[in-house]
Amino acid sequence: MLRLAAACTAALLTALPVFAQETAPAASAQDQVTSFTLDNGLEVVVIEDHRAPVVSHMVWYRAGAADETAGTSGVAHFLEHLLFKGTDTLAPGEFSKVVAENGGIDNAFTSWDQTAYYQNVAADRLGLMMQMEADRMVNLRLDEGDIATERDVIIEERNMRVENDPSALMREQLGAALYMNSRYGVPIIGWRQEMETLDLAAAYDFYRRNYAPNNAIVIVAGDVTPDEVRGLAEQHYGPLLPNPGLDAQRMRPQEPPQLAERRLSMTDPRVAQPYVMRRYLAPERDPGDQRTAAALTLLSEVLSGGQTSVLKRAMQFDSQTAVYTSAWYNGTTHDDTDFGLVVVPAPGVTLPEAEAKLDEVLAQFLTDGVDEAQLERIKFQLRAEEIYDRDDVSRMARRYGDALTSGLTLDDIAAWPGLLQQIEPQEIVAAARGVLNRAASVTGYLMPADAARAVPAPPLPVSTTKEVTQ
Amino acid sequence: MKPLIAAAFALLTATPALAEMRIQTVDTPGGFHAWLAQEDSIPFTSLEIRFRGGTSMDVAGKEGAVNLMSALLDEGAGDMDSAAFTRASESLAASYRFDATQDAVSVSAQFLTENRDAAAALLRASLNDPRFDQDAVDRVRAQVLAGLRNDAKDPDTIAAAAFDKVAFGDHPYARPKEGTEDSVAALTRDDLIAAHAATLTRDRVYIAAAGDISADELSVLIDDLLGDLPVSTAPLPPDMQVGTDAGVTVVPFDTPQSVAVFGHEGIKRDDPDFFAAYVLNTILGGGGFEARLMNEVREKRGLTYGVYSYLMPMDHAELYVGRVASANDRIAEAVAVIRGEWARMAENGVTQDELDQAKTYLTGAYPLRFDGNGPIARILVGMQMDGLTPDYVQTRNAQVEAVTLADAKRVAARILKPDALRFVVVGQPVGLDETPG
Repeated sequence: MLRLAAACTAALLTALPVFAQETAPAASAQDQVTSFTLDNGLEVVVIEDHRAPVVSHMVWYRAGAADETAGTSGVAHFLEHLLFKGTDTLAPGEFSKVVAENGGIDNAFTSWDQTAYYQNVAADRLGLMMQMEADRMVNLRLDEGDIATERDVIIEERNMRVENDPSALMREQLGAALYMNSRYGVPIIGWRQEMETLDLAAAYDFYRRNYAPNNAIVIVAGDVTPDEVRGLAEQHYGPLLPNPGLDAQRMRPQEPPQLAERRLSMTDPRVAQPYVMRRYLAPERDPGDQRTAAALTLLSEVLSGGQTSVLKRAMQFDSQTAVYTSAWYNGTTHDDTDFGLVVVPAPGVTLPEAEAKLDEVLAQFLTDGVDEAQLERIKFQLRAEEIYDRDDVSRMARRYGDALTSGLTLDDIAAWPGLLQQIEPQEIVAAARGVLNRAASVTGYLMPADAARAVPAPPLPVSTTKEVTQ
Repeated sequence: MKPLIAAAFALLTATPALAEMRIQTVDTPGGFHAWLAQEDSIPFTSLEIRFRGGTSMDVAGKEGAVNLMSALLDEGAGDMDSAAFTRASESLAASYRFDATQDAVSVSAQFLTENRDAAAALLRASLNDPRFDQDAVDRVRAQVLAGLRNDAKDPDTIAAAAFDKVAFGDHPYARPKEGTEDSVAALTRDDLIAAHAATLTRDRVYIAAAGDISADELSVLIDDLLGDLPVSTAPLPPDMQVGTDAGVTVVPFDTPQSVAVFGHEGIKRDDPDFFAAYVLNTILGGGGFEARLMNEVREKRGLTYGVYSYLMPMDHAELYVGRVASANDRIAEAVAVIRGEWARMAENGVTQDELDQAKTYLTGAYPLRFDGNGPIARILVGMQMDGLTPDYVQTRNAQVEAVTLADAKRVAARILKPDALRFVVVGQPVGLDETPG
């Protein structure tokens, strides 16, 4: 089996490029996890793993690109870069230098709902890491010089991630069309013309609104005990004052009813492999209400998780319509999210033909329902992942941080693996009927410039809307 | 016959995280040698197997055969077609990854203790008895071709391939490891069977395991898994010396940001100066903010998001390479700064402060790599391929510490070659003149 690195990529941007691929798996091991909250509102989660005397220290803020104000796109990520500049007591660059001098590795990333900073280091250096993170949570000192040079860096980062990659440009256009009001439609890296105007005031404004102990979660994973972590956290983070003006509700612009299907096509001479991508608006995991999201998570597995899945079987094996298909869904978001599908057609198959086949396969799936043997295999693999996951506490730490900064609680996180096991086949079909609604979707064709003429104009889409909405 | 098991222990304060890591060596009755880091707190095992001689074993005209062969190992084996094989591996929640690099075909497997025997049997079938059914061959070939078409329009891949041509000349390393559209389109099932026989051989195999398995259990598993593989007959590629000339090669490509791959000859992994070279490169082009290239090109001038360099000792040649990407109208300045830093370090070496910082970083960060069964198994198999012994885990940091300022200066003058530093630039660079190489 060949894994094509195709259409969809994660939404993480790092302050420093990460050159090595990180390792995989997913799920939870409750008995390793404890948590507590300091008087100033800082939440702390401890994940114990005593196999090696190392620790991963992460600070997560409930603030990401979707918390930006209009006209300042990219500022959350820009600020993430600027946090590696100085504070009252640390010179620019000194933070990472001290981490390196202590044999540690540090980095950071920004997404729509969160910004996170982390260090992997020997367990006996945890106090020093906390001291420095607490410092830059409130004492950031920036000047115009920092701003100008680092703005050039993020624009080069945009060049690398987006401008040099027609597929990334296409994804931006699709996101902007799918989300009519939510800030999820604005790229995390920012629109270029707005990035060019980001200044000291914009960075400080985002910092002062969002960086405070009562908007942060500290996650410590590795060779530590909860008591040790509590002592160090009280010492370093305890003295910080909470921000009383914080918008705890995080009321951000929501999607209006979506009534009209959107269709885009884009051509670029750098496109080698045309594809059709569709994204539907979809519900996310809500506190105490994760069942539909669990069903959609399983739906993405049933449709494209492995060679026996519905799309791969029907489009890559039986009909050879496609060289690659994928379905994806990430329910761990604060607001409504999306359910995505992509088809890279086989040679000689046009995009309209590929799309028509995709819709046919989806319609057939809604009629046939879920193959119960396949679902059992998926559920067994999810149970096994809980075992594989215990080997990778950094990944577990990321999953906790991601969920907690998306508005979920520790109880929700604990309930999730069990919920996935409970979902019945008919719930998956019902969730599919709910989400596969073309009126709340966008479909995009990405084509090489010369093929734009060769491909016939797309026919009017077959209206499956009526059959698939509840 | 009982397997021979030796344990390597050593305690070293510089690497507390690794002090207690116990690497057992396992010699099986069937004649295989493996390393094991047994850790039974989580009920699964990571198994890493590498066969020396990867895509560089492709016969001329059959480029891409080894790559396509390895992508087909989990597409049907024994009496199972592709779908049956997938259903079986999914039912076990086992994962198998097959990959081909220029120097090795690698197998990364992960399986639960509760169904280890069944998972091993499935892996055994895929390694010994792959079917290469024509429908699977055609389907996966179409995916490889799609990937090649994408690569042909990806500035990074174009730059890397163009640099390989410049550096490796007519050696197999210069050929695309996944083949060309023409060569892949022409591959037959017989070519894949030949590639399988040439690369998956019992005398070129390296094995490591980490996790919930004992030495006795591993010994039995390995003999069963690999015992029936053939002995190698195809020769490995010859050694070669990289020769580059200073200058710039431009590959015109209409895109806003130019990508540059740069470098020249490197240093062998077993060279006595390797550690000095490794420490030097950390100071020059390691990925951190503290490295000189990062500081000069990104932090001071904002010319790029990332710039780095690394030593790349391969089985038959050695490279010292790096990468940078800057907007078309800024790449010339980035290239000039990198050239300047290359020459400055070649001439003056590094400062005591830089050397001390690099050592603290390298020695402190080393244990962080051992963060899970999969990474540990991969490290242990890599060490074997590099000809190291198990005690290397405990002695490696001492070798880093032993590098002196005088060593660093001498080795800087030896390995940094401004006169051979070639840049291959893909994009529409402004102000960069091509120089013949």
